[in-house]
Amino acid sequence: MITITINGEEHQFDGDPEMPLLWYVRDVLGLTGSKYGCGSGLCGACTMHMDGKSVRSCVVPVQAAEGLSVVTIEGLDPNGDHPAQKAWRDYNVPQCVFCQAGQIMQAASLLAQNSKPTDEQITEHMTGNICRCGCYQRIQAAVKAASVEQASKGA
Amino acid sequence: MLKYIDEEMRAARAAVSPDTARGAFRVENISSRRNFLKTLGISGGLVVGLQLLPSGSALAFDPYPTGAEGMPHKTVTDPLIFVAIDSDGGVTLVAHRSEMGTGSRTSLPMVMADEMEADFARVSVVQAEGDEPKYGNQDTDGSRSLRHFVQPARQVGAAVRQMLEAAAAEQWGVPVARVRARDHAVRMLDGEGPDARESGERLGYGELAEVAMTKPVPAFDELNFKTDDQFRYMGKGETPMVDLHDITTGKAVYGADIQLDGMKYAVVARPPVVGGTLKSMDATETLKVAGVSQVVELAGSIPPAKFAPLGGVAVVADSTWAAIKGREKLIVEWDSGPHGSFNTKDYEAEMRATAARPGKVLRSQGDPEASFANAAKVVSADYYQPHMVHVQMEPVVAVASLSNGKLEAWAPVQSPYGTRQDLAAMLGLEEEDVRVNVTLLGGGFGRKSKCDYVLEAALVSREVGAPIKLQWTREDDIRHGFNATTSVERLEAAIDENDKVVGWRHRSVSPTIFSTFMPDPGYASAVEAGMGLVDSPLDIPNLSIEVGEAKAHTRIGWFRSVSNVPHAFAAQSFIAEVADSLGRDPKEMLLELIGPGRIIDPKAANMPEDLWNYGEPYEEFPNDTARLRHVIEVAAEKADWGASLPEGEGMGIAAHRSFVSYVASVVRVKIDEDGTVHIPEVHTAIDCGYCINPERVHSQIEGAAVMGATLALYSGLTYENGAVKESNFHDYPVARITSYPERVNTHIVEHPFSVHATGVGEPGVPPFAPALANAIFAATGKRLRDLPFGDKIV
Repeated sequence: MITITINGEEHQFDGDPEMPLLWYVRDVLGLTGSKYGCGSGLCGACTMHMDGKSVRSCVVPVQAAEGLSVVTIEGLDPNGDHPAQKAWRDYNVPQCVFCQAGQIMQAASLLAQNSKPTDEQITEHMTGNICRCGCYQRIQAAVKAASVEQASKGA
Repeated sequence: MLKYIDEEMRAARAAVSPDTARGAFRVENISSRRNFLKTLGISGGLVVGLQLLPSGSALAFDPYPTGAEGMPHKTVTDPLIFVAIDSDGGVTLVAHRSEMGTGSRTSLPMVMADEMEADFARVSVVQAEGDEPKYGNQDTDGSRSLRHFVQPARQVGAAVRQMLEAAAAEQWGVPVARVRARDHAVRMLDGEGPDARESGERLGYGELAEVAMTKPVPAFDELNFKTDDQFRYMGKGETPMVDLHDITTGKAVYGADIQLDGMKYAVVARPPVVGGTLKSMDATETLKVAGVSQVVELAGSIPPAKFAPLGGVAVVADSTWAAIKGREKLIVEWDSGPHGSFNTKDYEAEMRATAARPGKVLRSQGDPEASFANAAKVVSADYYQPHMVHVQMEPVVAVASLSNGKLEAWAPVQSPYGTRQDLAAMLGLEEEDVRVNVTLLGGGFGRKSKCDYVLEAALVSREVGAPIKLQWTREDDIRHGFNATTSVERLEAAIDENDKVVGWRHRSVSPTIFSTFMPDPGYASAVEAGMGLVDSPLDIPNLSIEVGEAKAHTRIGWFRSVSNVPHAFAAQSFIAEVADSLGRDPKEMLLELIGPGRIIDPKAANMPEDLWNYGEPYEEFPNDTARLRHVIEVAAEKADWGASLPEGEGMGIAAHRSFVSYVASVVRVKIDEDGTVHIPEVHTAIDCGYCINPERVHSQIEGAAVMGATLALYSGLTYENGAVKESNFHDYPVARITSYPERVNTHIVEHPFSVHATGVGEPGVPPFAPALANAIFAATGKRLRDLPFGDKIV
């Protein structure tokens, strides 16, 4: 039996401990905001936070999250008002949107560690997240804007 | 409550719950935020004045014919189908085209809301199920959604506005001329005529809805349309996407997000070669995997099979993971069928050989043979494009439930009604017994025009007797898709003793999409040849446009911009090569070869009788070289074309008309010492007629540059013995935030509504790769003719 905390709620799972966190969260818990894009940790569409760090949940076995606190896009902010979420709306960032939950979670993990990232740090941090529609220009700008808000919050 | 939308859809909305079809018809109020979007590049230079063209009347809405009349089920303009108003004033609008990232789910409802004077903050959008007789054509491809439906959307909006006005006039007991709709309410006027002022009395749309529905729907000639200066949303680019709050909180619903009671999960092992069949199978170990409940054999299909499944073995389980694990344990042997010896390298050599021989002439002007025989100099080059696959972020997926002779499907499909027809035909059901619900599409790019994955889900549901979610993995998506075609394009120019280009030959060798639908004709169709080949705008006296034979060995399908990609890559690269051979500036050469601004007369230019013109009536959407020249001038001016650049940097230019829009791109590259290609800046000018939603046009152009960079630098499938070698993003890479164009500047040519809106989703892609190749040549002197280039120039 694995005990795992998702978005502050404790869950028990007695299924295959090798099941990737992504499929556990999507198929078992029914939280579908995190997306399947590659299954190999190559695209970032499944990005979640595990004890505050961004992880590719498609390659993290559910047992590796035992005892840790997992946050998905649904749990990032109770009202969807994390600075990254707000910046994404301000810039009308997405096109097809499919990768965006992962992008936002990846951005949020950067802002948690570094409230004033440089452009290079943003690029570096976001490089694992693919957007096939090509919204990168706006993603870059939205992360920058979110960092400004985050910094002003912290001050 | 005004029952403008039929009960069925309302019931479906009401039924939304986690236990049924979660969010299949999610209707949430969009963000209340209505202030200016901080859209990149939107301040300054958003629109570019165009002096060359007649401005047309900005006031009238003269209806004009479009290619929609030639599409199945055409258009529908009945407001009772598209609009509902609740007693609290909430407006519900139907989006009948699929949303895959182009923004039509926002833009078409926005047009309706604008014309009906509704506050878009109080609009909810519901997605139509697949039903073309009811909604009009739903096949979301060909950059047609706005081009074909902006007029019907305006008509719907104007009709509703006038019905609301009629209701208010009746309630107040005044003539209709004494009322005017504005901002979600009908206002009493102090008199009649254009100078009449609002008296202060108002009736909200919610209050009027009940009566308004009893009013007759006005005929087209009774409608009063807004003038361009009265638009609230159209042309402004300040409307956030609908669903934006859901999108940023993970609540937006895609195909894989549908959960049904009792649903099982399936993945399929498919024959690696198209047309292959199952020889033997041992599922013993598969069935031992915890959660796996059964395996189902699916019949295969021999091309031409349209969208019929490839066949194989479906593994059914209680989670996606268990199904994937079960599939890994499956022991299968395949017969590879007629395409088992297909190899990319051999096929490329074959196409090159074919391109070196005279082809079938589709268009001939002057005396091309003589021009080459008498030329002082001949320049020639071959350009190559491998098969490519869409790799939209959402691998294809579908949920299907067949029970009691009725099938319901939920899927990200570009053509929901086509899907419904194919499902009915395959399962032997009546169309009335099949319902196709459209989720959001996690990218489409043409892949989701083909509904094979929905057919698979339905077949498995039939065998299992339960609802099925059928998921393709990324590996499935790359290896079993419908490819962009592969091509060799041969270009030849005859140059006289005065360094004038007097002869031109473009010979295209490329297997056709039609091989998916009919016995392989072996030559490009009129539709493919119409994408930048036979419709070449070049003003050269002697010209030969030819196609060579090439048989398909893979499933070929539409891929964003389709044949425009190889045609523009070759022609626009070659023009820069000719310029170089003559020591000319590439932009000046391009303008010289296009010739003076003119409306091309297809007959005088000896274009084929079946000239496609993207399905649009030529007299309404002619090939106008003045507009092509103009976008070239705009892009060049904005990019500061001709400025001297540091060592290792270069600029390239390319322009192309596609989907009846005109686009030019100037790409600037910077090559590192180790050869790595950087793209610091792109300037793209687009003339898409009247620009309905400039903000989404910006986003499409930004995205087109990234997709252009991907196909130029990375994309190429390798077939060995009929099977694709690549499998995931590590060996089929796409542009990342580190490799994308750092800054894409979009310049939209401004027109009034009277200049017909044209395509936006696709036309941004074709000029990018040649502009990039030309920039790399300018920076390094190295001419790249074979896609993909790789991101290092060595």
